[in-house]
Amino acid sequence: MASRLAALRDWFDARMPSVAEEWRKHAAEYYAPKNFNFWYYFGSLALLVLVIQIVSGIFLTMNYKPDANLAFGSVEYIMRDVPGGWIIRYVHSTGASAFFVIVYLHMFRALLYGSHREPRELVWIFGVLIYLTLMAEAFFGYLLPWGQMSYWGAQVIVNLFSTIPFIGPDLALWIRGDYVVSDATLNRFFALHVIAIPLVLLGLVAVHILALHDVGSNNPDGIEIKKKKDPQTGKPLDGIPFHPYYTVKDIVGAIVFLAIFCAVVFFVPEMGGYFLEHNNFIPADPLKTPPHIAPVWYFTPYYSILRAVPPMFNSQFPGVLAMGLAVLVLFFLPWLDRSPVKSIRYRGWLYKGWLAAFVVSFLMLGYLGTEPTTVWGQFGFDAFFLDTKDVATWAARFFTVVYFLFFLLMPWYTARDKTKPVPERVTM
Amino acid sequence: MKRLVLALLCAPLAAWSAAVGYRLDRAPIDPNDLVSLQAGAQLFVNYCLNCHGAQYMRYNRLTALGLTEAQIRDNLIFTGDKVGDTMRVAMTPKDGKAWFGVAPPDLSLVGRSRGADWLYTYLRTFYRDPKSATGWNNAVFPNVAMPHALWLLQGERALEIAPVKDLAGHETVEYRWRELSPGALSPSQYDAAVRDLVNFLMYVAEPEARTRRTVGIVVLFVLGVLFVLAYALKKEYWKDVK
Repeated sequence: MASRLAALRDWFDARMPSVAEEWRKHAAEYYAPKNFNFWYYFGSLALLVLVIQIVSGIFLTMNYKPDANLAFGSVEYIMRDVPGGWIIRYVHSTGASAFFVIVYLHMFRALLYGSHREPRELVWIFGVLIYLTLMAEAFFGYLLPWGQMSYWGAQVIVNLFSTIPFIGPDLALWIRGDYVVSDATLNRFFALHVIAIPLVLLGLVAVHILALHDVGSNNPDGIEIKKKKDPQTGKPLDGIPFHPYYTVKDIVGAIVFLAIFCAVVFFVPEMGGYFLEHNNFIPADPLKTPPHIAPVWYFTPYYSILRAVPPMFNSQFPGVLAMGLAVLVLFFLPWLDRSPVKSIRYRGWLYKGWLAAFVVSFLMLGYLGTEPTTVWGQFGFDAFFLDTKDVATWAARFFTVVYFLFFLLMPWYTARDKTKPVPERVTM
Repeated sequence: MKRLVLALLCAPLAAWSAAVGYRLDRAPIDPNDLVSLQAGAQLFVNYCLNCHGAQYMRYNRLTALGLTEAQIRDNLIFTGDKVGDTMRVAMTPKDGKAWFGVAPPDLSLVGRSRGADWLYTYLRTFYRDPKSATGWNNAVFPNVAMPHALWLLQGERALEIAPVKDLAGHETVEYRWRELSPGALSPSQYDAAVRDLVNFLMYVAEPEARTRRTVGIVVLFVLGVLFVLAYALKKEYWKDVK
């Protein structure tokens, strides 16, 4: 039996040697630093969730109907009448949120250990493009259940484009394909969600991994393992082959992740209204605006920034611009960071302090974005500079400023920061 | 500056006192109580289904509540519907709009959009209001278009909303209920009946919820076993990494 398998392998290898070659290049002889910690699970987990979303998505399209009159009912049909349909649907809805949880942690890992720094700038840029594409994918997908939040969330976000000077209104009309979000919008969002954006996403994921494997992985010490090679074999002294070491390790990570994931899917699929919003169980009604429209949790930090910026010259565009810049500033991160060290282990208190302030700001903006601006009440006094008395709006403004200062002051505080000496070899 | 700091410190308090509206009671529902779910189904078809449909709920699904198809056909279906049909309502949305000002919403998913506590409180806080078109109003949903469908069970009550000051001196309101005429059920019996009905509505909103939890336990157990095996495999491979 074994010899027959070997014969089959040889037959295949003689005709298509590139398969074995790629396997060696990206797995069996891809040398990864041996000191990966907890934060290094999220890359492979993101890939796992991508597969989960594609597979569950394929099964959903078998019963979903992209039609304004039928969409909401077809989702309920999946939930009630399709055998096992509810599992597929909850896996897909939980997967959307899980994807963002993982991607946020994956990006935070880069901030911790300097994974965006030279020579991995392209890896980072492709990563930010993946993040942008993922946001588009989530936004288009969220319209499909055709609930109240789907509908009004899409309405609000498409209207953001109409604030762009000169071309705005026509651009919004072009995106919607109608004067309001309607059946035409639902059809095109379905097309974009199930085919266009996933294709882009897959391509970007491929180049993200290719770019990473060309330069090699960073590690919690932020040092280059390729600088210390075994003189005989030419292999990095602190590297171990990705397969089998990290494949077996990532399987453990995947199982722990799946346990948490399944706990949500089977016990709290709505996640208290954060993964599946309560209002989205009401069919879309173009004539009835819900009193409180909030995007799903993963967009709320940016939504907070949008709301925090006051309208200027009778236009909401400054807020939209600030929201856009909050994402686009990520592209420049590799060049904003001037620290001589990469890892937080050898950085000083300035960077640690700013990173902590950034994390708190991001989380607070995220929380405030899920709530109405009146959530913290109003100031009990009046002053000429108070354009709004909502305490939460002022808090959001404060955190927005901290969010941007983290990036804008980075060249200054990273260069000034007191760093510790970096070791020659990785520490376990 | 001092005032700003003070205002910031007091902000959470202000938010707390600003949370107006009727305080919701906790619905004592139990998704495993089949007797309660059956009683709820009975109340639903008798009192709700005249105006509200549950267009995504099939009658024969109620076999999951311990009923046979014959029992469902004889006791729960009053229209010409077949047992495999969904719980549609005879009244058209157009008629509903003409009669009540708004078409009565479908109740298939009301448990998920409103939540059990809201429904439980809402159905117990109707009161007589001569100013409204139907003669009824509601403490949780002011100026609701729906009349009190269960009034024969609960009886008629009046409500006085009186402005008072709480212990901290903040303006707040007090709800003072007064019985005008008794219903067929005592107040505690009525609460129990509404509990059954809400239990049923929560079931209708997600009929697979019980299956979901059962399957979940099995899945987590399997993942637990897989974790032990995968962890042992990882340990074995990583023995030689120093």
